[in-house]
Amino acid sequence: MKITYMDNNATTRVAPEVMEEMSPFMDTLYGNPSSMHSFGGQVQKSISQARERVASALDCSPEEIIFTSGGTEGDNAAIFAAINAQPDKRHIVTTRVEHPAVLNTAKYLETRGYEVTYLPVDDTGRLDIDQLRDSLRQDTALVSVMYANNETGNIYPVQEMARIVKERGILFHTDAVQAIGKFNLSLNSLPVDYLAMSGHKIHAPKGVGALFVRKKAPFRPFIMGGHQENGRRAGTENSAGIIGLGRAMEMASQNIDQENARLAGLRDRLEQGLINSVKNTRINGNPDARLSNTSNISFKYVEGESLLLMMDVLGICASSGSACTSGSLEPSSVLRAMGVPFTYVHGSVRFSLSRYTTEEEVDLVLDNLPGIISRLRDISPFCEGREPGTVSPKYEN
Amino acid sequence: MWEYTDKVKEYFLNPKNAGEISDADAVGEVGSLACGDALKLFLKVDESGVIQDAKFQTFGCASAIASSSVLTEMLKGKTVEEANKITNKDIARELGGLPKEKMHCSVMGQQALEAALKNLRGEKVAAEDLEGEVVCECFGVTDRQIKRAIKENDLSSIEDVTHYTKAGGGCADCHEQLQKLLERTRAEQPKPVQLAPKVKPMTNIQRMQLVTKVVDEEIRPSLHKDGGDIELVDIEGLKVLVSFRGACAGCPSSHLTVKEVVEKKLRERVDARIQVEEVRQ
Repeated sequence: MKITYMDNNATTRVAPEVMEEMSPFMDTLYGNPSSMHSFGGQVQKSISQARERVASALDCSPEEIIFTSGGTEGDNAAIFAAINAQPDKRHIVTTRVEHPAVLNTAKYLETRGYEVTYLPVDDTGRLDIDQLRDSLRQDTALVSVMYANNETGNIYPVQEMARIVKERGILFHTDAVQAIGKFNLSLNSLPVDYLAMSGHKIHAPKGVGALFVRKKAPFRPFIMGGHQENGRRAGTENSAGIIGLGRAMEMASQNIDQENARLAGLRDRLEQGLINSVKNTRINGNPDARLSNTSNISFKYVEGESLLLMMDVLGICASSGSACTSGSLEPSSVLRAMGVPFTYVHGSVRFSLSRYTTEEEVDLVLDNLPGIISRLRDISPFCEGREPGTVSPKYEN
Repeated sequence: MWEYTDKVKEYFLNPKNAGEISDADAVGEVGSLACGDALKLFLKVDESGVIQDAKFQTFGCASAIASSSVLTEMLKGKTVEEANKITNKDIARELGGLPKEKMHCSVMGQQALEAALKNLRGEKVAAEDLEGEVVCECFGVTDRQIKRAIKENDLSSIEDVTHYTKAGGGCADCHEQLQKLLERTRAEQPKPVQLAPKVKPMTNIQRMQLVTKVVDEEIRPSLHKDGGDIELVDIEGLKVLVSFRGACAGCPSSHLTVKEVVEKKLRERVDARIQVEEVRQ
């Protein structure tokens, strides 16, 4: 069966060009880059080249790039570096819509005596800059705000927020896992201290990522051990992964505007098609500042897991914020923070496109999804005008 | 991704008996749109009390739809008395099992059936008219429903209760109450009669060997940590005579060590009747 992959915010396929560049480093060039012999030493050169490629795509200096195992490690390393460098400051500001890599780290820090302000969002998922300004305190150690949201694709005004935070002399971290490769971002003009990114969202393999740490921003290793990465991240380098990441970054920064326009066209075709053919549909997110590849759309009276599994039979891959897909009983914390009604949260589906997505694939979804929804609505006890039990569960946020 | 059995997938993708019975003799309804799953069960019962037809309408995940559909298949042709005996376990078994996180879908089937049978008997039931006291406010689960799930499925942890009833899966405020309910309900359960295993009585030699082994391997090392030592002086049947060395010798609390450490350990490991006495030398 042909796979129609529309779950690229979860992970992406490795680009053939990336794989090609990586493969010698899993085959003949297997030396340890830390070795004294030139057989290993040559790998170090390729790693340096990858570092330069990443730095050039992000418009920063290569010394400011630390290779990591991925986004979660980068987020953890940045947060712990910032707070450990300022033991007297016991307050952190973040948002209610962060990825678990930041959200659950903040919750953990609350158990260690930190006070955390979780900035709320409005019904389209937007943050209020004034609320950020008001939340800053003398003892604020760090502000961590994601660049773009994985579920809705919302883009946050990190430029402006970082400027406000830096004026107060407070450290700023951004989880840019979903933003990298999707638009041009210059760390020369973006005043953040830390930025975390991941390889597998931009057609590099899983298990590799990069953390930007601005010169002079405090940093101490999150993983202790050997001297790799200038003593800032121990452990033998994932050389093949790093080299793949370098190539993927280079590829992502090419034709970025053209690709964004193409993706936005496909995304809008998908959304408009579904809105036109399915009643009681709602788009979740901020229409004015959204990643061009992401669509989060809700269908009332159906449940997300059922939708996904019926699409799965046709080889269509997507995600849902429904409780039944979360492994717990709680539906998406992002959609709940936005106040999306429960009846829509359970029926939410996220489509996320990539450079490999075609118009035919979008049309395949348009040809099949409305039928799936009407089948599920036919067997549902609910329909327009019949919605008993609208009590809202109170979940922990 | 959930590991659903082929039977679950089949009942989900091609559900049998989906729809309404317009002249149903009984209707049972549970769940809500807000909670993420709901089931409405319709029954047609003839004069002799045999279920002639059963249909369902379900809003929920694949396992909720499969549980509802398989339940209607199970009900057809059964008498009301037989239907009354169907439990959530029967529903899950019929599907070849459900992932444990999805057991609440089978419980939802059982609850809808219970509601329908009540409706058949003419008892008033409305979706909001829950019996018992609501324990989990997130999902509107009552103590009665929780107790029943604990009893029928022999649940022992809060996690289990959440998997089977959804209770406690939201804000977690009710976890303390769930723990109490678990303890209380399990205490009410008749305990399986435990037959004391027949043990051949130990011979004196065996007992002496075991006492020596326990003293050497389990008691002495802990006394060493405090700079003390123990010597086995004699063993007379169930009476063990010891004396202390090093820091333990002459320690004013050595009698406590005798009772709390040595005797306790030997009673636990060798024989519950053992008595230990200290011999001062």
